[in-house]
Amino acid sequence: MTKIDSTLAKTLLEKLWEVRLFEENTSRLYKEGVLPGFVHLSLGQEACAVGACQALQESDFITSTHRGHGHCIAKGADLNRMMSELYGKETGYSKGRGGSMHIADVNAGILGANGIVGQSTTLAIGAALSFQTKKLDNVVLAFFGEGASGSGAVHEAMNIAGIWKLPVIFFCESNKYAELSPFDVHVPIKNISDRSKGYGFKGITIDGNNLVDVYSNVLEAVKLARNGNGPTLIEAKTNRWHGHYEGDPQKYKPSSELDEKNWDDPIIKFQDFIKKEKIISETEIDKIKEIVDKKIIEAIKFAEQSKNPSAEILLEDVYASDF
Amino acid sequence: MSKLKYFLALNRAIREEMSRDENVVLIGEDVGESGGIFSQTRGLYNEFGELRVRDTPIAEGGFVTMAVGAAATGLRPVIEIGFGDFVTACMDGLVNQAAKLRYMLGGQVKVPLVLYTFSGGGLAAGPQHSQCLESWFAHIPGLKVISPSTPMDLLGLFKTAIRDDDPVICFLGKQLVGTSGDVPQDTKDYLIPLGKADVKIEGKDITIVTFSQMTPIVMKVAESLKSNNGINAEVIDLRSISPLDIETVIKSVSKTGSLCVVQESQSPCSVASEVISKVVEYDSKILFKNPLRITPPFTPSPFSPNLENIYRPSQVSIESKILKLFQ
Ligand SMILES: Cc1ncc(C[n+]2csc(CCOP(=O)(O)OP(=O)(O)O)c2C)c(N)n1
Repeated sequence: MTKIDSTLAKTLLEKLWEVRLFEENTSRLYKEGVLPGFVHLSLGQEACAVGACQALQESDFITSTHRGHGHCIAKGADLNRMMSELYGKETGYSKGRGGSMHIADVNAGILGANGIVGQSTTLAIGAALSFQTKKLDNVVLAFFGEGASGSGAVHEAMNIAGIWKLPVIFFCESNKYAELSPFDVHVPIKNISDRSKGYGFKGITIDGNNLVDVYSNVLEAVKLARNGNGPTLIEAKTNRWHGHYEGDPQKYKPSSELDEKNWDDPIIKFQDFIKKEKIISETEIDKIKEIVDKKIIEAIKFAEQSKNPSAEILLEDVYASDF
Repeated sequence: MSKLKYFLALNRAIREEMSRDENVVLIGEDVGESGGIFSQTRGLYNEFGELRVRDTPIAEGGFVTMAVGAAATGLRPVIEIGFGDFVTACMDGLVNQAAKLRYMLGGQVKVPLVLYTFSGGGLAAGPQHSQCLESWFAHIPGLKVISPSTPMDLLGLFKTAIRDDDPVICFLGKQLVGTSGDVPQDTKDYLIPLGKADVKIEGKDITIVTFSQMTPIVMKVAESLKSNNGINAEVIDLRSISPLDIETVIKSVSKTGSLCVVQESQSPCSVASEVISKVVEYDSKILFKNPLRITPPFTPSPFSPNLENIYRPSQVSIESKILKLFQ
């Protein structure tokens, strides 16, 4: 099993809390009517984002989905600029033009969250094509959902990646629901990972709420991809604690799933693990949460104090050249 | 008459037509047991069962062409694509299959399907969830395009669309979902013919043509122009984009001598371009002023409400542009 030393454990725990507290605060701010538009949160899925991104290098890329806050935080996006984008402010990553569904930080290897389901995989194989063509040893990890797995785009992406052995990891967060419909509306088999056989590469299903499992399995897949051995499909079984979007009445969920007591908490799981293995002390564990708490409060303050985008911003960046 | 919400007018139209004709089926993401993200398909699954109301995977590229195949072989599919922006994922099914099958197959088949989708902005939904793409489809022979602005028009046009033997694409206004309006009560056959515009307000000074969720805004503009500036605008809601009721527009412009088209999509190659071209082709001399298009700028639809308010035509921006015509 992959070894988790105290430095790594601290980094991982900090990231987990960053995602958790960013999302909890986003949920609150949305409910209070502060945030415009609509938001999709990844509460419950923190171990997927954090474990997967930790297995990548800074110069590796990810592509993300409508539910992308966690992915972006885990890959190193700046909390201030993210929060500011959610507020629609000029200091946000997209200068307020994109919002929650389009957070990107290309310098940090985040090719963007995306609102069109399935296209995270096709964009990812494009980035992988760049790396392969330029003979760089970087890899790309595409986040997508089990809902997305039913789209033609995902099939086409996997088939192409399989043929050309592109350096890509298809990371499916299988969170039981796509919008309002449960898994079996979208998928006729038990595990999405079985599909990899049809494309000639490896596929596995793992516990997406177990950070160590996610991290070690993605590390393995990254090694394969970096060495020119092509893609892996990883299906991480996890849970979407909140609705499809904030405000979703979630009538389609059985009441047991709505009860917080029954939630399988990836952070508690990881904390239990580091306590049991005595990797870091309980006081240090508590301190990490406090530090992150402050960072999120800072991010909210940063966003609140930022300006609304000026009218010129509307017209910028439509083209890269003159039009 | 009774009051009904826009999304429930859709629900009623589908329900009535499914009861009337067992070949009508409903297909789309989350249209089934859950009843849809705006509750627009509520109750239909329980009433008509799983063979006729089908939840699909997220596979627009597949299930729209599937619906074309089904339409060519006797079903009358009604398809939902949640947001108008996602029609990009099923363009082949619509443009190369639905629109052309009958023509290519020597008239041996017909393709009676209706695809509806919620389009337009105003909800800070950002660049991939706010677009108005109706003019793309109005460009394609073989397709019909409608875009109703009231519950009554939605009910009547949608029922006609289901009974129509050709593919009809229906762009619904996202901001209109919760709006309420009168609908006829004691009939199951309330039909509005496709290709007939509706004169919402009569006036003699300028013709303002619009459709979908710009209609209520333009009606406010007309009221304000009348009470504040003594300008009597005639407001025409196109309702159908293809076929386009240009006669009603020409009749109006012949009276007012002035034409403005307000729409939520960009101006190049759009409905506004087409309306103005047709009027000019008919007789440019009926226009005493230069025609005017009021549209968003040539940019994607931004997320920030601050920018979206600048981007979308608003009561204030429409009014000030029209007033300039009268200076
Ligand atoms: C092409 C396309 N079709 C439909 C949608 C609407 N939509 C947004 S999210 C979603 C469900 C996605 O499910 P999944 O891939 O499992 O991701 P999850 O929401 O569970 O994270 C749907 C249908 C969309 N954004 N894009």
